[in-house]
Parts: sequence; C-alpha cells; structure tokens
Amino acid sequence: MAKRRFKTFCVHFFIILFGLIMLYPLLWMLSASFKTSTEIFQGTNFFPEAPTFDSYVQGWEGIMGIPFWQFFANSFTIVLFVMLGNIISCLPTAYAFSKLKFPLRSLWFTIMMGTLMLPMHVKLIPTYIVFNNLGWVNTFLPMIVPSFFATQGFFIFLMTQYMRGLPKELDEAATVDGCGPFRSFIQITVPLSVPAIVTTAIFSFLWTWNDFFTQNIYLTETKKYTVSMALRQFTDAMGNSSWGALFAMSVLSLIPLFLMFVLFQSYLVDGITAGSVKG
Amino acid sequence: MKLSRKARSGIAGYLFLTPWLLGLLAFTAIPMIASLYFSFTDYDMLTDPVWSGINNYKALFADPKFRSSLVVTFKFVFISVPLQLAFALFIAVILKQDRRGAKIYRAIYYLPSLFGGSVAVAILWKELFNKEGVFNQILGVFGIEGINWIATPSTALNTLIVLAVWQFGASMVIFLSSLKQIPQDYYEAATIDGASKPKQFFSITLPLLTPMVFFNVVMQIINAFQSFTSAYIVSGGTGGPMDSTLFYSLYLYTKGFRQFSMGYASAMAWILLLIIGVVTALLFASAKKWVYYD
Repeated sequence: MAKRRFKTFCVHFFIILFGLIMLYPLLWMLSASFKTSTEIFQGTNFFPEAPTFDSYVQGWEGIMGIPFWQFFANSFTIVLFVMLGNIISCLPTAYAFSKLKFPLRSLWFTIMMGTLMLPMHVKLIPTYIVFNNLGWVNTFLPMIVPSFFATQGFFIFLMTQYMRGLPKELDEAATVDGCGPFRSFIQITVPLSVPAIVTTAIFSFLWTWNDFFTQNIYLTETKKYTVSMALRQFTDAMGNSSWGALFAMSVLSLIPLFLMFVLFQSYLVDGITAGSVKG
Repeated sequence: MKLSRKARSGIAGYLFLTPWLLGLLAFTAIPMIASLYFSFTDYDMLTDPVWSGINNYKALFADPKFRSSLVVTFKFVFISVPLQLAFALFIAVILKQDRRGAKIYRAIYYLPSLFGGSVAVAILWKELFNKEGVFNQILGVFGIEGINWIATPSTALNTLIVLAVWQFGASMVIFLSSLKQIPQDYYEAATIDGASKPKQFFSITLPLLTPMVFFNVVMQIINAFQSFTSAYIVSGGTGGPMDSTLFYSLYLYTKGFRQFSMGYASAMAWILLLIIGVVTALLFASAKKWVYYD
C-alpha cells in the first residue's frame, strides 16, 4: 500500500514538474511584462521586484503613431467576419454532404478532403495577383472573402461528421410533413448543429488570430496591421529599452486565445479530436 | 411539370453546394492551374508573364539556396514530427488514468499548442535562446556558459525544433481520447494471462493506437512542411544565420514577395506539392505494414 502511494506520488510529481518546465517560458514572459526593461535582463529573480504597469502603458501607445488598440480592432474585425463567413458557408455545404442525395456526391466529398492536404502555396501567387488587380491589397478583403465560399475544408468535414450523427427520424418526419430540404435545413439541422457551429467559430478565431503569413502578405500600411504584424513590427522598430513593452503586448495578444480556451474547453477538444472519429 | 423526388433532391444538393463549388473554382482550381502556368514563365508582376519553358525548374535545381532550404525543411519535419508525437503519446499514456487533477494536467500540456503558432511566442523564443536569454540563465545556475543559440548556424534550427515539439498538446488530446476508447477488458484479460504493463502497452495499446498515430503523422508532416512564422520571426525574416533556418516556405516567400520572381516561386510551390504528395503516398503505402485495422 505504502509502495503504491509512493508510486502515485512520483507520477504526480513528474507530471507537475514537467508541466512547469513546459509552462516556464510563458510564465517568464508574463512576469517579465511587469518588470522594468533593465530588470528583465539584469535581474535574477523570477518575480518582479516592484511590479509595474509601465510596459503596458508604453506598449499600448503603439508604433509609428498608431495606438495599439487599433491593431486589436483590426484583428477582431477580420476574425469576426471570417467566423461568420465560415459558419454560413460551411453549414449548407455540410448539409448537402450529409443529408442530401445527389449525383457525384462522394466524388465531390473526396475532392473536398483532398483540398485539406494541399499546401496553400500552390494557390497563393495567382490569388495574390487577382486580389492585387482588384485593388484589395491593403484591405481586409483577401482574408475575409474566401471564408464566405467554404474554403476551409476542415470545418466542412467537422460539420458533416456532426450532421451524419444526428437522428435520421427527424428528417424523415419532416419530409412526411411536407418539409422540403430548405426548411428542414433551417428548422431542424441548423438548430441541432449548434455544438459544431461553436467549434467552427472557436477554431476560426484561433487560426485567424494566430495567422501571420496571409496578413503579412496583404496588409502593407501600419494602420491596417493586425496584432501579429504589429508585434513583429515592434521587434524591428525598437531598441533594448522597449523589451518590456514588447512582452506586455505579447501577453495581451495571447489573452483572447486564453479566454477562448477557458470558456470553451470542451468544444476545443471536440474540434481537435474531430478527425479521430473512425470512418 | 412535377419533378421526381430524386431529381428535386439532386437539384437541392447542388444548390446547397453552390458556395463551396464557386470557392473551389475561384480560390483553388483556377489558382492552381494558373500557378502551374506561371511556373513555366518569367513573371515579375510589372510586365506580362513570358513563357520560359522549364527554365525555372532548371534554375531551381542549380540554386544552392533552394537545396539548403530543402535540407533544412526535411530536417525540421523529420525530427520535429516524430519527437512531437512520441511526447504526445508518452504523456497521454501517463494522463490516461483518471487521476485527481487529470483535467488540469491536460490543460497545462495543451496550452503550448494553443499559443505556439502565434507571433508572440516566436518573439519569446527569440529572447529565450539569446546569449543573455532565459535558457542560458538556467544553464548558468549549473555553471555552464551558453552560446547564442539563435545566432549559431549549428543550433538555430534546433531552437525551432524545440518550439515545434513543445506544442505536442494537440496530438496528446487526440491520443487521450482514443486511449479512452480502448475497452478495459483487453487489459483485464492480459493481466489474467500474466502480461506485464510494458508488454500490455506494446501488444494492446500501441497496435490499437496506430490508426490515430498514422492520422497524426500525415497531418503533422503536411503542416510542418509549410512552417513559416517561427522561422520568419526568430531569424528576423532572413532564414539566417547562414540559411540555417531558411524554411522552404520562407524561401518561397522571399522569392515571390521580396524579389517578385513570381514564376520561380510558383515552380517552388508545385515542387512542394509534389514532395508532400510523394511523402503522403509513401506513408499510405507503408501503412499496410504497421497500421492495425480491426
């Protein structure tokens, strides 16, 4: 018995120790954001000697005359539209794949799954040229518009899997009552698919918030920058005196992700494990 | 005229599919064909593309930077993905039992995956492995004097590999959920037959997990080949020192969007597609040998 308890203790000890090592970089950054810039590099204590919000104040002033809240507003604008676009375009697509019978359905579904494996680079350059000719460079449209055309196959897959699991009896009853596919989509499938919609919304948020590649290509003017781009710009524009501010803004940039995680943990797990359902 | 139910369902199907079909055409199919065409041209975006045959491809194979970016990317992919999955599996097996605090442990290990892809964490990494960075401070405690890991060609890539492996949490969550689906009686029967814990792991757990491991290997490899942000931020956009962190994706970006060699960059994109296709095909071919389907 004692031996067993000792073993349990060891396992817990290992899990916690290893977990702390994993989280140490993040905790260090959090702590550094409350230190003065001199203390960050010369101090040896983990905790700040005299916690200060100076770095936050300094960082919030922004770069090149643009206050930092502007970058948050830009990121949130893009994120909200992408979320909306993914939801309203992937729902009908998934409904067609899961509930309707039509010629070539399985072929189209295979093609859709194939697009999940495509590296985005093979589409990148022509898309850039078209958006450039449309005058969309330095606007949010290149990030937003494609999401309204169900270009994120993962969400279609997620919703299709979910809708396949909904009881068939409901649709059959609706058909008997003279309900066409449009009404049964709006009145039965969509309301029942709320969990899949939430998962889609969360992952749209996380991926768009963390995106750097696309935003970096399309947004050119500082005032249009997203949080990711502003942080990168910060590293270029600053000297040693503003490391604190950089860390402070980095911490702020992670807060929305953390909130998503805290509020919607179970939906996150659903999304991560979506692919693991056999079949 | 009254349509049959089958015809109506068919029409409805295509109506519901319209947004996706339009997107497939406009944002995937046509751009892919166009980029294949561009890959056989000289194109700087200022003047019209000029047909140049296979010149871009010839130039690529003679380009030492292209070659080194391939080597760097392959190293990154084939070191970070197996390590990441090994960690994910190891921790998932430990966390599998419903211990007290299992949920909190899972959350702790998942957090790096949540944040890892962000610019903020890439910036943090750059600081962490600096000469005066946190990593060297810790080494200092043990009396070891560290180098500037980011600025040393032989170690810079390793810092990015560590960053990728650090994000094993998402795979761990997947493994955890499939571990829970393994029926408990398998283990009970094995215990009665006198099989030891490690033996049980290798003859029950691992075989039953192979479909999930396979799925993760494929998806992670495809993603890892396209890695960009960490290398871009840590190397300040250069892929340095001495091209040691010049990921394929970063070199493609440099060619296309810094030097505006759109034809060259398109050729690179198609070679990447080819590489990913071949690697995925090889994985699927190997699956028969090691993936267990019941």
